[in-house]
Amino acid sequence: MGLRKYIDKIKPNFEEGGKFAKFHSTFEAFETFLYTPNRVTSNGAHIRDAVDMKRNMIYVLIALIPCFMFGTWNIGYQHFLSFGEDVTFWQTIGYGLLKIIPLYLVSYIVGLTIEFTFAEIRHEEVNEGYFVTGFLIPLIMPVDVPLWMLALAVAFAVIIGKEVFGGSGMNVVNPALLARAFLFFSYPSKMTGDSVWIAEKADAYSGATPLGTIFNGGSVNELPSLMDMFVGTIPGSVGETSKIAILIGAIFLIISRIVSLRIIISTFVGAIAMSLMISDIPFYYHLMMGGFMFGTIFMATDPVTAAQTNIGKWIYGFLIGAVAILIRVANPGYPEGMMLAILLLNVFAPLIDWCVVAVNIRKRKKRWAAAERSAK
Amino acid sequence: MDKIKIKKGLDIRLAGAPSKQLERFEPTSCALKPTDFIGVLPKLHVEEGDEVKAGSVLFHDKNNENIVFTSPVSGKVKAIVRGEKRAILEVIVENDGKYDSIDFSDIDNPIDRMLRSGVWPMLRQRPYATIANPDVRPKHIFVSTFDTAPLAPDNDYIIENHIDAFNAGVNVLSKLTDGNVYINVRRDVPWRVSTNAQNVVVTEFSGPHPAGNVGTQINAISPINKGETVWYCYPHDVITIGNLFLTGKYDSSRIIATTGAAMHNPHYYKTKIGADITPILDIEENARVISGNVLTGTNITGDNYLCFHDSQVTVIPEGNEYKLFGWLRPITKRFTDTNTNGDTRPYIMTGEFECVFPFDIYPMQLIKACLIKDIDQMEELGIYEVDAEDFALCEVIDPSKTPIQQIIREGLEFIRKETN
Repeated sequence: MGLRKYIDKIKPNFEEGGKFAKFHSTFEAFETFLYTPNRVTSNGAHIRDAVDMKRNMIYVLIALIPCFMFGTWNIGYQHFLSFGEDVTFWQTIGYGLLKIIPLYLVSYIVGLTIEFTFAEIRHEEVNEGYFVTGFLIPLIMPVDVPLWMLALAVAFAVIIGKEVFGGSGMNVVNPALLARAFLFFSYPSKMTGDSVWIAEKADAYSGATPLGTIFNGGSVNELPSLMDMFVGTIPGSVGETSKIAILIGAIFLIISRIVSLRIIISTFVGAIAMSLMISDIPFYYHLMMGGFMFGTIFMATDPVTAAQTNIGKWIYGFLIGAVAILIRVANPGYPEGMMLAILLLNVFAPLIDWCVVAVNIRKRKKRWAAAERSAK
Repeated sequence: MDKIKIKKGLDIRLAGAPSKQLERFEPTSCALKPTDFIGVLPKLHVEEGDEVKAGSVLFHDKNNENIVFTSPVSGKVKAIVRGEKRAILEVIVENDGKYDSIDFSDIDNPIDRMLRSGVWPMLRQRPYATIANPDVRPKHIFVSTFDTAPLAPDNDYIIENHIDAFNAGVNVLSKLTDGNVYINVRRDVPWRVSTNAQNVVVTEFSGPHPAGNVGTQINAISPINKGETVWYCYPHDVITIGNLFLTGKYDSSRIIATTGAAMHNPHYYKTKIGADITPILDIEENARVISGNVLTGTNITGDNYLCFHDSQVTVIPEGNEYKLFGWLRPITKRFTDTNTNGDTRPYIMTGEFECVFPFDIYPMQLIKACLIKDIDQMEELGIYEVDAEDFALCEVIDPSKTPIQQIIREGLEFIRKETN
């Protein structure tokens, strides 16, 4: 094939001693994007599973597409709704795309530039991790977030959240959530309140999210219907509103075994248990409101920052669900607790694993001691 | 009879299973490879051109000169192949076809007879998978009579045809330990162990691969504690040991199976240990010849001499070609050729290893402990209970494409060298 021949022809330029040797990682990233390498097994097992990191990451992207599509439509829908304008489907989508494409451009240009630069400095291959992180970040932002703020948040998350620890696989907290947390604490006026969730909304229109309504002392009767919250025609972060879209993605990820079902189930159990205990509103409202569902499926399940042992995953998920609802109900400062709950448990995940492994170690040492006693 | 069900694991189904057809194959030459034995430093006893009998010493281990390696056939030493720093890679003996064998029947002590005849290296120990130390009494001896690895030969078929020698071998093993000899079988075996020894225990195993790995069975029956040693060998080794005591001679015959998608007409052959299998390799172009199975075997393409412990030859297509957008294509077959299907990455996915690893051990944590060479951590996490081959499935499914078996092997070797 012509393309393959061309790649083979220019390849020596990017290798050690070549003209563009310092762009080796970049070249390699593009080459392996086009072609899976001809590399064969050398020692150990002679066959390898067809699944690799690129495929895992692309599956997550595919799972996010329903959220992306609904989110794009909902941006336009909420905008025109606030003005009471009656527009066509394509006008709605067009407005949404106009808003969301700049967010994606900033997210990927800033994030990937940093990723590629670090890969070149470290002489490593470019990791696929940011393709998912970069896709997630715009989905968890209010649509009107200023682009310079987004750029700053992405740079902070990638450099401080990930690269200083050694890159993908080494980070302690979820980089996408860290980007959101960075803005949340640095520029709270742009990240919370009733005015940020609808793009260029009409001033007279409320625009409060269901969580905001509850937070300000509203009752369940003032909320949108459960059906609206399930379908997603409500204000909120770009990708979080439609529970249908999230569930479609979730089913795909569960079937392809990319995410841990243990974490998803235990997060739901934790949230339900906590809301039954301390919340005035029915638990199913908590599951439908805010970023709970999106966070459970796409954030809590991030394998790098979650607990790594299977028992640890049950504990980790349960605590995320419980702490998220605890913050929502008991904390006077913030309406939403999901982001903070996940970040908190990200930090505690290694401790959970440590305890789980310690039990295994203690069992082993007991067996050693028993064997020694019987030998005497 | 105890029954144990292994729940975790994965059966990998490949094309090219052997048909039940047995053919004799007399090799023109056989090779003994010091590299087949972990930790052995060979000291040669022969030169090129020397005449040897079946059972003549070719080399011994400098660490323990009682452990000798003997010629599987009679004939002339054809070549001594050396590699880097003059390390001995192969001692090749030309087969004169007479099988003129040394008689060991005047040696009564079973350990001495096994050592002198060169069958001793068939017994290996855990931890470390080195050759068993004859000065130690092992806690137990384990024999897995069935193999669950991809395209594995049907050992029941082999044992059934050599049941007398097998039983004699079990009797010999029962004298080598104060503990038990565990003969592990799968359900509905067409043969029976018959022995007068009191310490032979038959256990029935079921479940997916690695249920047939001796490591899985040791862990299910009696996990190795720090400081303990157990021995193990393959059923074809038991048959060879049995024959040594029935006839007094080292009979290096071995039934092997040719398997794999790139092998035409795969079936069984009766040949010799270390045989040059070139004449029976009716294979496709651009294929890899593996002594052993695809999970743990040795690449012998071009060399074509069977490895000492193996009774299987697998030939699969090489995967050395580029695939346009290969990572985006739907998966039709998970396992086809030797392509790695991706590049090495840091560990990102978690929990996958636990699903194919039937030990009470956290695989990812142990791999990481081996990577940082922390002996205390490795011990605590159960390094003595495992061998590299137990991690073969983890390596196969690893989306980060890391050399896990090598990592475990290097961890074990690090401990062996630091503590001995």
